[in-house]
Amino acid sequence: MTTLPPDVAAPRETPLGAPIVEFVLRLGDDRLVLGHRLSEWCGHAPVLEEDIALANVALDLIGQGAAMLALAGKLEGRGRDEDALAYLRDEREFRNCLLVEQPNGDFAVTIVRQFLFDAWSVLYLDALARCPHAELAALAARALKEDTYHLRHSSQWMLRLGDGTPESHERAQRALDALWRFTGELFEADAVDAAVAKQGIAVDREAIRARWNDIVSDVARRATLTPPDEPHMASGGRTGRHSEHLGHLLAEMQIVARSHPGAGW
Amino acid sequence: MTAVRANRDDVMRILGTVMDPEVPVLSVVELGIVRHVAVSDAGVKITITPTYSGCPAMRTMEQDMREALVAEGIGDVTFETVYAPAWTSDWIPAAAREKLRRFGIAPPGPAEQGGLIALARRPASVACPYCGSTNTERRSEFGSTACKAIHFCNACRQPFDEFKAF
Repeated sequence: MTTLPPDVAAPRETPLGAPIVEFVLRLGDDRLVLGHRLSEWCGHAPVLEEDIALANVALDLIGQGAAMLALAGKLEGRGRDEDALAYLRDEREFRNCLLVEQPNGDFAVTIVRQFLFDAWSVLYLDALARCPHAELAALAARALKEDTYHLRHSSQWMLRLGDGTPESHERAQRALDALWRFTGELFEADAVDAAVAKQGIAVDREAIRARWNDIVSDVARRATLTPPDEPHMASGGRTGRHSEHLGHLLAEMQIVARSHPGAGW
Repeated sequence: MTAVRANRDDVMRILGTVMDPEVPVLSVVELGIVRHVAVSDAGVKITITPTYSGCPAMRTMEQDMREALVAEGIGDVTFETVYAPAWTSDWIPAAAREKLRRFGIAPPGPAEQGGLIALARRPASVACPYCGSTNTERRSEFGSTACKAIHFCNACRQPFDEFKAF
């Protein structure tokens, strides 16, 4: 057995910070990363209306992410603003779930990813909008309105793709099969969640999972799609262990800010 | 800067001349983003509630408000952003809705309250701002700006924007 030098063998996750900071980072990073992914479609979507739609959703998510990261930076109290958090952290410091960093693939992959996320997001934000942390609740309430609108859009595309042509059906089913294993992570709760729950920010993951299952099965049934029977769920994003795709995404997202530190226009 | 002791009415009148850059018939006041104006010896404090998270015009509007006030000698302006309650198109007054319609943008209907999903229900058709027909169809839920959706009028064969009910 080869012994790796300690700096390689040691786990490279960055240690978790204060629970409330971690909690808000997870929320903000989901939106920033998914927003960036969607922005990659700009100029490439199958029809003009969808190009505009995906860019609009991307802008909403990036805007939500910016406000949430600004709050995380303020709670952290180390002088990092939303730009510092978005552009100057490394892969292992990102706390987004694995689902949102998965590549766009074809249009079906993008829509299925969006639908699975939106259906979870509206339930999660709905719970947070009623939490006692006033600033967090306000951001959640605002994002909830936007994500509800996004969910309507992604749901309708699920129906059109799934119950569309044989090819669109097959692609949508393939996307659902491929992305399903990234959905388990959405309902995980760890020590961070337990700690913020003590401050009253409690989200009942099992209740959300049940409602999410209802939404997803309902839409899938109408779309003639079948959620796969997949017992293995991927995990790790919330503590900084990401799939290989996030690093590539960050390279593109961060290069200007890192090449020209402090640049403005 | 020489302080001009403005009163609140002056400030509101000036803000009423600052237009949304993307919907230039609506002022920032009519749009509903100006939630509160406080005038004191310390200057003018304007509380704003942004529309969509993804609206890139928010910063421009803040800058335009500042410039309009400075042009009238009111320089000590600070802005505070408040997210709750969340902005809604219901805050746009009736007269401003009519301005939208005359400009060729269908004004927003009442915003949906509560309820997470309304998947199966088709939203009511939106009246064409040009001919008034309700024989219209939604072409896309997203339009040229965050606040608009695209429709098509089957009666007068015109595409048109709707200011989204939100």
